[in-house]
Amino acid sequence: MHSSKEYVCVMQLHRHVAEEDLRRVLREFTGAIYQRPPLRSSVKRSVRRRNVYEIELLEYSGNMALMRVSCDAGTYMRKLCWDIGLMLGVGAHMRELRRIRTGPFTENLNLIRLQELSEAVYAWRSEGREDLIRRAIMPGEVLVCQMPKIVLRDTAVESIVNGAKLAAPGVAMVSNRVRKGELVALLTLKGELVAVGRSLMDYNEVLEASRGIVVEPVRVVLEPGLYPRAWKRGEQGRAP
Amino acid sequence: MKESVGVDLTGLGRRFIEGLGGLCGFEERFHVKVDEGTGEGYGWVPTMRPIAKYIEYGVVNLDKPPGPTSHEVVAWVKRLLNVQKAGHGGTLEPPVF
Repeated sequence: MHSSKEYVCVMQLHRHVAEEDLRRVLREFTGAIYQRPPLRSSVKRSVRRRNVYEIELLEYSGNMALMRVSCDAGTYMRKLCWDIGLMLGVGAHMRELRRIRTGPFTENLNLIRLQELSEAVYAWRSEGREDLIRRAIMPGEVLVCQMPKIVLRDTAVESIVNGAKLAAPGVAMVSNRVRKGELVALLTLKGELVAVGRSLMDYNEVLEASRGIVVEPVRVVLEPGLYPRAWKRGEQGRAP
Repeated sequence: MKESVGVDLTGLGRRFIEGLGGLCGFEERFHVKVDEGTGEGYGWVPTMRPIAKYIEYGVVNLDKPPGPTSHEVVAWVKRLLNVQKAGHGGTLEPPVF
């Protein structure tokens, strides 16, 4: 999932510059930027375009700049600091970095430490207490919280799990945010994530359609065998 | 599933679905195309999955300490939870960190 990210980052300038110069350069690094991934990286090192949505200068004192940056996945903060230094003509490098958001996962969404997770697991394994672990772990469905959703009738679930496309009669509910050509999450009426797919219709078309393919799944998540099969033998792979 | 008998699964499911967007500030309204409930005896409302399944389909928003790499942390958590598949940073392989 290529979700956007947000960081808080300390950049050390190699010589002091006026705050207004720093702010001007930060504005220049907002928007579409070109970056070559650093030497030590796990991707091909060709120049790529990334969007920097916002750079907020939180504090600037001495040669240290504290900034909050929100950007596309795959934007290197270390590189960004280095390039800002280059543009300022004084040089700079990254001193500290903390990611404060990945997609929907902010520091406010049930953030836990390894220690708390291991305590929750201990309470469950040794005392049979499930409450801590149910609080530490969230249902995977939160991954699609920002995606428009289509809810399936029970009879459509197992065929989607087995690779069928979603046809209009399989739809129980549809979100008003569903747009043709964009990703949608397919859920069961109980709320389970079945698959993520590309919608072939806007939501009002989904509501009105009595036939035709509504969604082409791109990734099935739910396991097979959970929901009853509603199609006849010898019909595998056909839309419901 | 015996424990789900008598529980209003359709209502609980609907509440879960309608609450999902709100977890991350995503606003949406649902329109009913076919007014139909969900059956008992198969599937679970995600928050009510039996614990092993709950973990298998779970995600953790983990505050990774500086030092160990994401890969190392994933390996620890896999062993801690005794799960076969785990990923991080947005893969859909549950649990995800």
